[in-house]
Amino acid sequence: MTIAPSLSPVPQQGSWQSHPAEIVSILEEIETVSTYRMRFRDPELARSYRFKAGQFNMLYVPGCGEVAISHSGPPDSDTGDFLHTIRVVGRVTEAIRALEVGETLGVRGPFGNPWPLETYRGRGFDVFLVAGGLGLAPLRPVVYQLLKERDHYGRIGLLIGARSPSMLLYSEEIRAWESSGIEIQRTVDRADRDWHGSVGTVPLLIDRLRGVRLDRTAMLVCGPEVMMHYSAQSAIRLGLDPSAIWVSMERNMQCGFGHCGHCQWGSLFLCKDGPVVRWDSAFSKMRVRDL
Amino acid sequence: MTPIHLGNNSDATSTSSKSSSNHTQDRNQWPHGFLPKEQFPAFIDLLNQSFDEVIGPRVDQGAIVYDAIRSASELPHGWTDVQSPGVYRLERKSSIDDSRIDPSCEEEYFGYNVGPHSWKKYLFPPLTTLMKSKKTTDGWQMEMTAEPIRRRVLLGVRACELAAIAIQDKVFLTSGTVDPIYQTRRNHLLIIAVNCTQAASTCFCTSMNSGPECRSGFDLAMTELSDGFLVEVGSDAGQTIFESLKLRTVTTDEIDRGRTRRARAVDQITKRMNTDGIRDRLLSQLENPHWNDIASRCLSCANCTMVCPTCFCSSVDEVHELTDDEIVRQRRWDSCFNVDISHLSGGPVRDTIRSRYRQWLTHKLATWIDQFDTSGCVGCGRCITWCPVGIDLTKEVATLCEESS
Ligand SMILES: Cc1cc2nc3c(=O)[nH]c(=O)nc-3n(C[C@H](O)[C@H](O)[C@H](O)COP(=O)(O)OP(=O)(O)OC[C@H]3O[C@@H](n4cnc5c(N)ncnc54)[C@H](O)[C@@H]3O)c2cc1C
Ligand code: SF4
Ligand code: SF4
Ligand code: FES
Repeated sequence: MTIAPSLSPVPQQGSWQSHPAEIVSILEEIETVSTYRMRFRDPELARSYRFKAGQFNMLYVPGCGEVAISHSGPPDSDTGDFLHTIRVVGRVTEAIRALEVGETLGVRGPFGNPWPLETYRGRGFDVFLVAGGLGLAPLRPVVYQLLKERDHYGRIGLLIGARSPSMLLYSEEIRAWESSGIEIQRTVDRADRDWHGSVGTVPLLIDRLRGVRLDRTAMLVCGPEVMMHYSAQSAIRLGLDPSAIWVSMERNMQCGFGHCGHCQWGSLFLCKDGPVVRWDSAFSKMRVRDL
Repeated sequence: MTPIHLGNNSDATSTSSKSSSNHTQDRNQWPHGFLPKEQFPAFIDLLNQSFDEVIGPRVDQGAIVYDAIRSASELPHGWTDVQSPGVYRLERKSSIDDSRIDPSCEEEYFGYNVGPHSWKKYLFPPLTTLMKSKKTTDGWQMEMTAEPIRRRVLLGVRACELAAIAIQDKVFLTSGTVDPIYQTRRNHLLIIAVNCTQAASTCFCTSMNSGPECRSGFDLAMTELSDGFLVEVGSDAGQTIFESLKLRTVTTDEIDRGRTRRARAVDQITKRMNTDGIRDRLLSQLENPHWNDIASRCLSCANCTMVCPTCFCSSVDEVHELTDDEIVRQRRWDSCFNVDISHLSGGPVRDTIRSRYRQWLTHKLATWIDQFDTSGCVGCGRCITWCPVGIDLTKEVATLCEESS
């Protein structure tokens, strides 16, 4: 493999200071998952705030707690708005669901290493995005960026897995991406009567890929840990180099900048050395149970 | 007294300061002086007059702890400790019949080894307020809380503790993000180190290359003799104080006696840990069955992480002030032994004691090196002494890596 992207973290200055942001709109996506459009109350901050695809914010509901949530909107929006797609699973996400348009919550960020698009842009690379369930949310900013810089990349593929057809995220938007020249493949664990697509897990879609240029392809994978593990293995069976495969890891996070210790995974602080990790660094750790 | 400019005793902070600070290689160029014991109480008074707080050792509830010291009479004069795995006991030096103890040092101020406290609680406080939120008709307002600046003297810092502070400097000051609480406290410290003249059975600083002699990272360093202290300057701030004390120069006899005493500490250290290639050796043992053996003894009580001077994990709690409309976020020390630290909505990642002890030991001795270019252990032995079941990391490492120790 010719590329050697650096694994060193993006230099960052984090802070515990959270900033009030207003919920501008709420879009219910699928059951228990909604996308929130937010904007910082401070106009100067709203204007200057920037993030990269793959980075996340810490969303804070005072009195309840704080959670790490990936950006799911376009990285270079000039409206000052940003999007988060959130699944309700517990205390804090429940409290976020209780918020209405016009209400505020705290936001600090962005944190973390982004997806490595800068490594591949303008070099004729094909990019495959592989998403399991809500893992599509952190990859959506990548889609926006790839579409915007379409000429800088070769083939673009998006492989999506969901538990059932009704759990497929962003389905209308995906049809639009399809017509903009992104190859889309979908699979579900459990089909229903109207489903004519593939049934099975996402790695299956990788196994079926044809015409992959092994030395000119990058694969960005996001979803549950087992799904990422099997997807990477499928990609490697296909012939991809481990250094061309990237995954986004989830661990408990409290600070976002390497101080609280919660997100450690081997020698990595996933908040700043991740969440995006190259497979050659990830795989030895994923093999160890309870690391 | 001339104003004392603090904050130049650390390698981490000195890079940005213009003043020439301490450097190991310049060490012999800094002045040395002799502080007679009779003048020592006045020295403590002077420090108390010049600083907001003098923190030093004192006896409290059967242990030597670090706390505010108003006068020399509060120091643990004549006390010492006896330590072994799971055991800590205070004794009067005069009551110990031990040939290792030189009868002339019965009346020492600093004749003990490290206790359950470390200086970490003054730089990285166990409980701190980070931020305040207030609900208004226009939504939440949020602001960081600032604490008042306090100029502190840390009196009686040992070599391994200087090393521990240097390690936490890396975590909180130079790893990418600066912790403003740590930084402010760190910049307002005067560090008075004291060389060890004895060692506990749990000490292994010689293996970790962190002691027992204080080499850098202090403003003043002292070696206690029966009749006074050899005082050594390590920074400009230390120099200012040194000059105001108007000490006479040391005699060659005093230098020799100091050296002999420091050598006694080295001689008393019996515990060893083989650190050659320890990172790779430990990380190749992640599936060793011996982790299960440790897990059958370990209570996951987190004591070892609380007493460790380098452990830095923390969690944040929401605290309601009076009403639900005023909330503060408080940071408190946490531990990799607490199951919640790895909580994900599907359950904790490290749900066994085996995985939590393994996380602690491999972080401390192996992955810490990747993260901060230094071991996370300074060989102070606290985790050995304060483990209720006497687990000794040096022994566990030896077993895991199958050495004959
Ligand atoms: C880098 C990163 C990006 C993420 N992006 C998204 C996203 O885009 N959309 C989304 O819905 N979820 C995302 N998550 C997961 C999200 O953080 C958790 O679902 C959320 O923290 C659950 O909080 P809770 O209070 O509702 O659940 P509870 O189970 O009540 O959790 C209590 C606390 O534990 C912590 N916690 C629980 N689960 C997780 C978890 N999976 N990851 C980290 N901390 C956790 C949080 O501090 C939480 O407040 C992301 C996690 C990480 C680490
Ligand atoms: S691990 Fe134990 S011996 Fe090492 S610094 Fe921490 S408390 Fe001291
Ligand atoms: S090693 Fe000892 S002190 Fe540490 S958690 Fe286990 S029982 Fe507690
Ligand atoms: S989230 Fe605190 S260290 Fe990574």
